[in-house]
Amino acid sequence: MRKKARNSFCFSGCFELREILGKAAWDTRELLEFLEEVPEDSVYYHTHSYFLRHPYIAGFYPNDFAHWAATQVGDKVLAERLAVLLPRDFLDLEGLRNAMLNVLDQHLSHLDLVSRVAYGEAFHFMRSTMRKVDTGLEARNLKTFREILAGVDLSVIFFHTFEAWFRHGRMEGDFAIWLDEELGLRELRQRIAQLDPYAMSLEGYRKRLLALCDEYRKA
Amino acid sequence: MAIDLEQYREVTLPGTVDLLYRLSDAARGKSFLRVNSTRHGGGVAEILHRLVPLLQELGIKTRWEVMEGDEELFSVTKRMHNCIQGAEQTIPESLLKAYSACNRRNIARMDLRADMVCIHDPQPAALVEGRRGRDRWLWRCHIDCSRPQRRTWNFLRQFVVRYDAAIFSLPRLAHSLPIPQFLVYPTIDPLSDKNRPLSKREVNKRLKALGIPQDKPIVLQVSRFDRFKDPIGVISAFQKVRGHTDCRLVLAGGGAEDDPEGRSGPHGGQRGRGRGS
Repeated sequence: MRKKARNSFCFSGCFELREILGKAAWDTRELLEFLEEVPEDSVYYHTHSYFLRHPYIAGFYPNDFAHWAATQVGDKVLAERLAVLLPRDFLDLEGLRNAMLNVLDQHLSHLDLVSRVAYGEAFHFMRSTMRKVDTGLEARNLKTFREILAGVDLSVIFFHTFEAWFRHGRMEGDFAIWLDEELGLRELRQRIAQLDPYAMSLEGYRKRLLALCDEYRKA
Repeated sequence: MAIDLEQYREVTLPGTVDLLYRLSDAARGKSFLRVNSTRHGGGVAEILHRLVPLLQELGIKTRWEVMEGDEELFSVTKRMHNCIQGAEQTIPESLLKAYSACNRRNIARMDLRADMVCIHDPQPAALVEGRRGRDRWLWRCHIDCSRPQRRTWNFLRQFVVRYDAAIFSLPRLAHSLPIPQFLVYPTIDPLSDKNRPLSKREVNKRLKALGIPQDKPIVLQVSRFDRFKDPIGVISAFQKVRGHTDCRLVLAGGGAEDDPEGRSGPHGGQRGRGRGS
């Protein structure tokens, strides 16, 4: 492990502007039709910024589509099928969208009757616009990195994880890449890559990152 | 009681307040005007009392203006408020004209110049007729517009579409518009008098002053006295709970200066009513 990085890690958070698209699905068929036509930023909102809106407690389903199918339509089979699609398995959001459309299409082809949401809420399509916010905090070694990571806003964790992956193509996330390339912690990079942030809350993911940092500081 | 942003560190997670300071860098020095229809009473006034000083603390030159209106205006805006939320009421043409005339008087009276203008709710919505230059105007809607009475909505809509964007509290409360619509969730200020923890001594003092015995658990609703706050729903919930647990219902709240129905209640102002089996 190198003691000091040549290039510091600059922590950035983000602020999400949430736009209402005015498209509301009252049944699964309408969900499919709208999902086909909404902008990519809407797919991102319902599959990623979900974590920004629920940063402390991991939901039972990791995206809005699955959550709606289970809680409003009452179709837990569809919910499970949508929930098991892991965004990390796709190269981009279009790949994820296509996989969700296939699931919905296949599911609908086996339904005799597509029931509308009678007493629950429609699925309201939204769009996410992220604004990057530099925190001004920088780390050059693992100790400082760990200290800052423990005290930053959770949008920082979101930005360097999900935004890095799906907006900037850094699929392993900024933390893992920097720790390897600047501090020579390749094994730590691999262990971070093994964590699944879609299976926990942002706060839970932070705790796991901190625990890993502690292991390598003691080593 | 004056509150500064630093005090919110006690009730937020690490880093949140720091991020707000950083986020406001882009807006520092800009002017921001907020307009609503009452200085006291109701959720909007409660929000603005706290939000305006906090925005000023962040370096945004924020002003809060309250539109001036008479009984006639607040009578029509209350009906409008009810109609937008789906009630079947009739608003005579003369009252709609009075609404427009009152807004025009306020345009003449107010300084509406700012980089960003945010107008709250239907009462001052027609102030947008006074927009000049390249400033940005937002309409912040705090009520449910999803199923409005058509005639009233059409009247209000002619003003709303002249804004740059509208902001709603939930997607399901919005209504289709040709302007961008954004979501800002309703918020609770944990440091406000309404929401802060009370000591046992304070609780005893308040309950004694209101004549509410403490012999059984209390089911409490705190809100403005308005049917859209669903007091009937609270009473139904209370009746269900009372089937299992002997308890007492307290409806606590008050009116707002711009709410003729709230002001004309049996006691007026802030009050609480208790009921138990």
